[in-house]
Amino acid sequence: MSAATDVAQPRLGPVGWVRWTWRQLTSMRTALFLLLLLAIGAIPGSTFPQRSIDPARTTAWIADHPTAGPLLDRLGFFEVYASPWFAAIYLLLFISLIGCVLPRTKILWHQVRSAPPRAPRRLDRLAAHHEETVDGEVEEVRERLRLALRTRRYRVHAHDDATLSAEKGYLRETGNLVFHVALIGVLVGVAWGHLLGWKGDVIVPVGATFANTLSRYDTFNPGPWVDVNALDPYTIKVDRLDVTFETKAKGPGQFGAPRDFEAFTTFTDAGGRSEPRSIRVNHPLETGGGSVFLLGNGYAPVITVRAADGTVLYSDATPFLPQDNNYTSVGAVKVPGASPEQLGFAGFFLPTGVIDQQGPHSIFPDAVDPKLALTAFEGDLFPSGSPQSVYSLDTASMKPVPGKDGADQLRILLSPGQTYQLPGGRGSITFDRVERFAGLSIRTDPGKTMTLVAALLMLAGLVASLVIRRRRVFVRVGPGPEPGRTVVSVGGLAKDDDEGMPDEIAAVLTALEGSR
Amino acid sequence: MTDQTLAQLSNLAIYSAMVVLTLAMLADAVYLARLVPAREAAQQTARERELVSAGGATETGAGEPASEVGGPASEAGEPASVLGAVGPTGREAEPLAARKAAAIGWTLTVLGTFFVVAGVVLRALEVHRWPLGNMYEFAVFGSMFVLLAYCGWSLKRDLRWLGLFVVIPVLLNLGLATTVWYTDASELMPSLKSVWLAIHVTVATLSVAVFTIGFSLGVMYLIQDRLETATERPRSFMSRLPDARALERLTYAVHIVAFPLWTFTVIAGAIWARQAWGSYWNWDPKEVWSFVIWVVYAAYLHARATTGWKRQNAVWIALVGYGCIIMNFAVVNVFFVGQHSYSGL
Repeated sequence: MSAATDVAQPRLGPVGWVRWTWRQLTSMRTALFLLLLLAIGAIPGSTFPQRSIDPARTTAWIADHPTAGPLLDRLGFFEVYASPWFAAIYLLLFISLIGCVLPRTKILWHQVRSAPPRAPRRLDRLAAHHEETVDGEVEEVRERLRLALRTRRYRVHAHDDATLSAEKGYLRETGNLVFHVALIGVLVGVAWGHLLGWKGDVIVPVGATFANTLSRYDTFNPGPWVDVNALDPYTIKVDRLDVTFETKAKGPGQFGAPRDFEAFTTFTDAGGRSEPRSIRVNHPLETGGGSVFLLGNGYAPVITVRAADGTVLYSDATPFLPQDNNYTSVGAVKVPGASPEQLGFAGFFLPTGVIDQQGPHSIFPDAVDPKLALTAFEGDLFPSGSPQSVYSLDTASMKPVPGKDGADQLRILLSPGQTYQLPGGRGSITFDRVERFAGLSIRTDPGKTMTLVAALLMLAGLVASLVIRRRRVFVRVGPGPEPGRTVVSVGGLAKDDDEGMPDEIAAVLTALEGSR
Repeated sequence: MTDQTLAQLSNLAIYSAMVVLTLAMLADAVYLARLVPAREAAQQTARERELVSAGGATETGAGEPASEVGGPASEAGEPASVLGAVGPTGREAEPLAARKAAAIGWTLTVLGTFFVVAGVVLRALEVHRWPLGNMYEFAVFGSMFVLLAYCGWSLKRDLRWLGLFVVIPVLLNLGLATTVWYTDASELMPSLKSVWLAIHVTVATLSVAVFTIGFSLGVMYLIQDRLETATERPRSFMSRLPDARALERLTYAVHIVAFPLWTFTVIAGAIWARQAWGSYWNWDPKEVWSFVIWVVYAAYLHARATTGWKRQNAVWIALVGYGCIIMNFAVVNVFFVGQHSYSGL
């Protein structure tokens, strides 16, 4: 404070500046400003597509807005919650919060340890006050008042023979502090989960087995501190997948809406013990170290590609990714072993397929009339050698296989069980049958328990700080006009505006009357 | 009864509620209007009352001493204060016609509440699940909570002056629900089939209902405050309402009930999100706006506790918070792509 109070030296030294900055940052006004800024800063995350949630839509948005897109991208509008400016807001807010909580904790600590303050000289100056004359000697009346206040859960202290000082509601401030400290707990829990948690997604066709190793995942997002080679070596075999869709309700968005998914699996833990476990939406499979969620499903048509001499070149349940609510799905079949050139097929799987002027699409999500609509390409499947999506074909070094009728693009439409002979001795492609796949998401979040506990503490602290009232009651007793009578003066002081204070004083006096 | 019949009955109950509540709204409006007789009428009433009081007990002035018209001559230029002198809760001081209108309004509000509750219960029986699966059901459920909260609170204190400002938002909400958001009964999508639907969404609607009452009170406070500080106070029913200070306190009292409820909503939502989607917080647009709402109301509570911040500005923040709630319900649900997009509407 020396720098601030020294009038002759208005310049602040380095310490003074630090102190001044700290004061500013921890002031209530700054906290309020940062809170409002946090609210405003969070909004762009809902109006712009976010890379962490929907990368495809984000890329498309940037491509559609050649001017604004790259600029907003540089400003972090597509990763708002990981952007430096958003972090700056909440970190400043938390520093401000700590700066506010620490001194208040100290004050509360001293208040709890020390007795309530002395009664003021004139109780009638207090916001709530009442005076009356009662029967009884001074000392006896004071003891009765002490008891009355104690039963109303006041801490009572007598600084002298004529007064009582009582206080209650320390839990209000305690609750408030718990709320703020628990907020820090929530932040730490979130950060902990971010650093040590991971999530991975994998598509498992019915009949296939997933082994929990890094290479088996389709996508894997580990936190910075995760040891990706130390995953629990369990396996999950998907035995069956039951899916139900709405067939009765005809309202908009209702017909064909998903109603129930359930994957029946065989879970084999690291110790080799197997047991059947089912995974449903809202009912994840707990593996011990993490949880397996059934977040998606779709179709994996079993496709076989044979060479002209009948040799099987490819035979697999091939997942196609659903693109709309009716499961119009896209995918690709890559046959590197084909000759003379590598073969690739790309196209649609349609669970209930129609092909009209809209192109191939599905009109119902269940496999009522499955169709596979493919186009064929030949050439180099993996020209650059770089990793590519298994659901699409990189046709940069490929050319379309011409149709039998002279069309420049061969179009194949298959129903289950059908085989198509490719032109020019390229062999055949068979659509054997339809399998479903389960889209599993496997996640661990070691911070979630801490976050939850902190959040619940926060709620409890909040309720306490809003419901409990901090009240001080002062009592002064003195000899009455005649012997055996005592003048009682009671004054009340509430921390915040508290309409109940006069009632409280009345209640204390009623208790005094009743205690005779 | 078949589901079809139940559906018709449920809709009938909601439509009946809207008719009854419209009448309640009119009665409440008449009540407020009659609190403020026209200038001449006020003076006349004052004179009549004087005569009446002098003449003895009658049905209007019964137990009330003539003090309520104590200084009519001097204050005649400002008729509101003639009545205002008694304070908002002095029922006996109110003109009989006003009291009658208020009684009718209250009865109709209770009846309307009954119809909305019936509509919700019938809907639940029809759909065989907790009736909170789409926007229509949220809106009706929310209206029910607003009305129940108002009726419950009315039993504890005289809130007849608030009736109009509770019934109007409820009617608007029900109107939108039956026209724009109406959805036929249907089963839920898998991620909504959880006990958390009943917990998370019920508390969310309850919280929004309480915030709605808080919003009405906040608006009334700001108007009252404007009127009280005006150099020449215009004559209006507002002068019969609680004063700005009392309205501000009520606004705060309502918000400190709603805010923990909203906090619980967000926590319960996070627990459910973890069950259903694998992660307790995904920054889904609905989550973003729930967070924004929470932060804005937290800012209101802080602003109110900050010395040097005007109470009016604090209440403005609360109104912004309610704007975010409207945004979260009416805009985010319909126009934003996210995991909370479901159920046709």
